[in-house]
Amino acid sequence: MADTAQMKVSDEVAISIQQMNKWYGAFHVLRDIDLTVYQGERIVICGPSGSGKSTLIRCINALEEHQKGSIEVDGTLLSSDLKNIDKIRSEVGMCFQHFNLFPHLTILENCTLAPIWVRKTPKKEAEETAMHFLEKVKIPDQANKYPGQLSGGQQQRVAIARSLCMRPRIMLFDEPTSALDPEMIKEVLDTMIELAEEGMTMLCVTHEMGFARQVANRVIFMDEGQIVEQNEPEAFFNNPQSPRTQLFLSQILGH
Amino acid sequence: MSDTPAQSVAFVRETAIPPSPAPANASGIVKWMRDNLFATWPNALLTIASIYVIYLILAGTMPWIFNGVWSTNSLAECREVLDGTVGACFSVLTERWNQLLFGFKYPVDQYWRPLTAFLLMFAALAPVLFFDLPRKLLIITALFPFVAYWLIWGGTIWTPLFALLGFVAGYLVYARFVTQSFALGFFGGVFAAVVVWIVTGYITPMLAPEQPLLEAVPSRDLGGYMLNMMLGLTCVSLSLPLGIALALGRQSSMPLIKWICVIFIEFIRGVPLITLLFVANVMLAYFFPPGSGVDLFLRVVIMITMFSSAYIAEVIRGGLAALPKGQYEAADSLGLDYPQAMRLIILPQALKISIPGIVNIAVGLFKDTTLVSVISMFDILGMIRGPILASTDWNGVYWELLGFACVVFFVVCYSISQYSQWLERRLATDHR
Repeated sequence: MADTAQMKVSDEVAISIQQMNKWYGAFHVLRDIDLTVYQGERIVICGPSGSGKSTLIRCINALEEHQKGSIEVDGTLLSSDLKNIDKIRSEVGMCFQHFNLFPHLTILENCTLAPIWVRKTPKKEAEETAMHFLEKVKIPDQANKYPGQLSGGQQQRVAIARSLCMRPRIMLFDEPTSALDPEMIKEVLDTMIELAEEGMTMLCVTHEMGFARQVANRVIFMDEGQIVEQNEPEAFFNNPQSPRTQLFLSQILGH
Repeated sequence: MSDTPAQSVAFVRETAIPPSPAPANASGIVKWMRDNLFATWPNALLTIASIYVIYLILAGTMPWIFNGVWSTNSLAECREVLDGTVGACFSVLTERWNQLLFGFKYPVDQYWRPLTAFLLMFAALAPVLFFDLPRKLLIITALFPFVAYWLIWGGTIWTPLFALLGFVAGYLVYARFVTQSFALGFFGGVFAAVVVWIVTGYITPMLAPEQPLLEAVPSRDLGGYMLNMMLGLTCVSLSLPLGIALALGRQSSMPLIKWICVIFIEFIRGVPLITLLFVANVMLAYFFPPGSGVDLFLRVVIMITMFSSAYIAEVIRGGLAALPKGQYEAADSLGLDYPQAMRLIILPQALKISIPGIVNIAVGLFKDTTLVSVISMFDILGMIRGPILASTDWNGVYWELLGFACVVFFVVCYSISQYSQWLERRLATDHR
């Protein structure tokens, strides 16, 4: 398990965030964020609620706009140009806390929608890709059901498969297991671990510290909109430097 | 110590209990009546009072209906036949049913034309309303407006053919250019259609034969329930896409579009439909080139469509607001652009939520078409209040005529309501 975390990452830069600042009106929600993510890296972002971790990853695929600083994803600069934004969004997949599956479409249609309409893939090929990824997340038999008929864990795995069908180079996870009950968390985390072992670049906001220890190259702790500490998982959990990090870890690892 | 509760509480289940069916209700009609009608003393008294009221109503109306006279020629004759007993004079319906349904100026020997159009209407609506039917049937739906126009209004066949040609030309231009830019495709298509219509407008008088195959019937001669149905169907079909466009425009981040939509919606909702109909009758002529004499039916359709599209826009806006924000975000994060996200994700869900509101407006609108009787178009209500009640034969026959109007409206409105409930049940995919 330790060797997954130390797997060699490439030198290719996937995401480059420089001096990024964001305000909601007058509230300074993200302050001077500097972050470079290399291809193949797995990064876990943790922190108390309201620290801006979800906002940070939502800025990466332009679901939120930043006012100052620069974000570059896969070589494309994120600006207000719609073409750039659409290009970045098709290379970056995102999984949400509340799954956000499309309730009026079957599971298969959920997965084939984006490849058919954004990449103009023919329907047959899109369906084959969708079945391939549904098998990967271990629910191929649910393909013709509607999201409302699935359990929470199954829905989140479908959401992961749906993002993977676009063959993104980067995957963002916004607290993917926070809305699941404990028995289902394992099946989703197993899927994410498998994804990590195949070399996907991942940015994950989560409270699952076991997952961080097992899979992450780096753990980042955020508080009040700034990156307080980042380190390799072993060093981060065993030897936190900042008092704020120590306080957080004592509370979250206590129970 | 061995008798303490802790010793006797420990329990491990050996075998699982299999599920078994629920007990049969100790039911029966007597039990139902006991539970629902006579459960408590106040309930029992109310039940008895209600039964008495129902009896009074039936005692008043049933003899009136069953003693009805169906075959006299005037109200005076009816009274002679009835000779003092309470009874209805349904003969007005047997004599004037064709005027009530078709208006009093539509040529009697041409009734087969609107009837054919009426039957075709069902064939045209079927693939739209019942989405299990093969999609090829939508060709009938696409051709129906032109065929129905030709059947009802008659005149030269070149008019509907050229109208169809304009739409085809517009669509071809749209399809050619829309991949480059939506605006180019859309406005290019509109421009092409308008050009075709103007050009063919000049050619048609030259091509039209002296005696067209179907005798021409001007719009002022249309009337009766047929007119209500034509107005209802046309206006509801046109106002739905317009309402969707207004709802999306009102949400737009472009200030010009947003303010145009807001002003349009608020103005229309602030004005009664009757005043808009007066505008249609009198003032709209000033907005068109002089001497063009835009057809009365068209003017009324424009006004009623504008009216209902404003209301539908607000209902859809409610549906859009009811969607969780996550749906918009999921669509965006997959890389779908605005038209795709709207068409594939947002609008299907928003429209599904808005079905009750939209059907409400559609049913209300269909009944509001009777207001055209105020601008002297003789729909079914205009016929009743005008030619029929004003005639010496039938002056004073109110209940029978208005009752007939109520019945024909109820049949259609109730069918629409039942359809919408079926549609909602079919679309309820988010329940396990």
